[in-house]
Amino acid sequence: MEVPKDLRYTIEHEWIRVNGSKAVIGITHFAQDQLGDVVFVEMPALDSQITREKTMGVVESVKTVSDLYAPATGKVIAVNTDLETQPELVNSEPYGKGWILEIEISDPKELESLLTPEKYSEQCEQEQ
Amino acid sequence: MSQESSTELKTTPFYNIHKELGAKLVPFAGWDMPIQYKGVIQEHLCVRNGVGIFDVSHMGEMDIRGKESKKLLQKLVTNDIEKMLDHSILYTVMCYEDGGVVDDLLVHRFSEDHYFLCVNAANSDKDFQWVRKIAATYDVTVSDTSAETAQLAIQGKDSEQLVQRLCDVSLNDLRYYHFKKAKIYKNDCIISRTGYTGEDGFELYTDSSLAEPLFLKILEEGKSFNIQPIGLAARDTLRLEMGYALYGNDITAKTSPLEAGLGWVVKLQKDHFIGKESLNNQKEAGLKRKLVGIKLLQRGVLRPHYPVFAEGQLVGELTSGTFSPSLNMGIGLCYVSPEHSQVGSRLTVGIRNQQVLAEVVKPPFVPPGVKHSLG
Repeated sequence: MEVPKDLRYTIEHEWIRVNGSKAVIGITHFAQDQLGDVVFVEMPALDSQITREKTMGVVESVKTVSDLYAPATGKVIAVNTDLETQPELVNSEPYGKGWILEIEISDPKELESLLTPEKYSEQCEQEQ
Repeated sequence: MSQESSTELKTTPFYNIHKELGAKLVPFAGWDMPIQYKGVIQEHLCVRNGVGIFDVSHMGEMDIRGKESKKLLQKLVTNDIEKMLDHSILYTVMCYEDGGVVDDLLVHRFSEDHYFLCVNAANSDKDFQWVRKIAATYDVTVSDTSAETAQLAIQGKDSEQLVQRLCDVSLNDLRYYHFKKAKIYKNDCIISRTGYTGEDGFELYTDSSLAEPLFLKILEEGKSFNIQPIGLAARDTLRLEMGYALYGNDITAKTSPLEAGLGWVVKLQKDHFIGKESLNNQKEAGLKRKLVGIKLLQRGVLRPHYPVFAEGQLVGELTSGTFSPSLNMGIGLCYVSPEHSQVGSRLTVGIRNQQVLAEVVKPPFVPPGVKHSLG
């Protein structure tokens, strides 16, 4: 299971890559493997607000609908429009071209309670 | 096949192979079955473009023999057994007195006095009890042969080329909806030209205690055709692209075959069969609802139970729904009243808090690859 060291994680299997006041968000390798072939991603609207631990969208495979949970609160400044025509990028490159959205972070303090790569790996092992 | 206690899942003869191949196994109709191996989309396209192999040993089989076999079957099924010749196969439904569906099934005729049935896994026990009950007053023997029977499906345009390599009889002259007895690899089989995918292909029935090596041999022989093992998830996307009904979703005890678009297997001119009067009455009164194909016109995935609207009014809910890998669109089936059943009618499907544009389509959603269609 790929768990990059430069990211932080949620128990719901989202990852977040912080870059100053901005952050890019996606779902993990573990999550996409559980889901199977992703065929549809419902992303939040540009300029909308997402709130930490609340749902912000949906990822669908043929057999499952999975809620996306916001790892942090912020304003949506970009969404990955490639996923509209190539949702399978979430499976093939969950940490790269399969990114889902980018936000302007509202409260950097929230980031402290995210899971480290080690803690996230542990959690995945327990779930298997 | 191993019969576990009722609280445990049953497994087919190919269970260990599925595990070794890394299949995701899930409970289905009381069986631990492979839902996917490498991925639904990949598996689906493999069947559409080449050849795939399915373990369908969870399906039920019943042997019916004796002087009054034909008479019994004529009573049980809506289609006409009279026309059957030796080694032909008939798709039909069995109905209750009120016209609701007991199951859809395939009837195979060995001879006038000897048939075998293939029924849905979920209905295997129910169907056997139903048939046995009706058969009580007939001079026949009915046996449930599911436990001894393993079943494989090989589907895709390369099926014949592949299976011929291992088969001791000619498949070139095995016509659609007919079967032959054959030796395939080391296994005595019944091989039928049937399937649930819309592609050319075969279903093999063989002794379950000897079956495991056959699956591996077909996989090995199929390497030059890029064969893949195919799970139940792709089995569902394949059949739904064809608009084939699935019992439990599209046909149930509460739906009639006429409403489900299966009028072509209901021969109301037959003398008598269970449900004939009710179905006749339905036909005379005019159908109150019809099963139609629904295709999304916007991006999305359809699923069973999603509500369907016409001009803002609820008109039904999907009985089946999925994402079509061939079309890259959501597709489904839904019962609607006749005024909304015209091909091209614009509807919307409620997906979470959105109304997504859709239209009525006459299945198949994708042109079938199989040489002859039946309906």
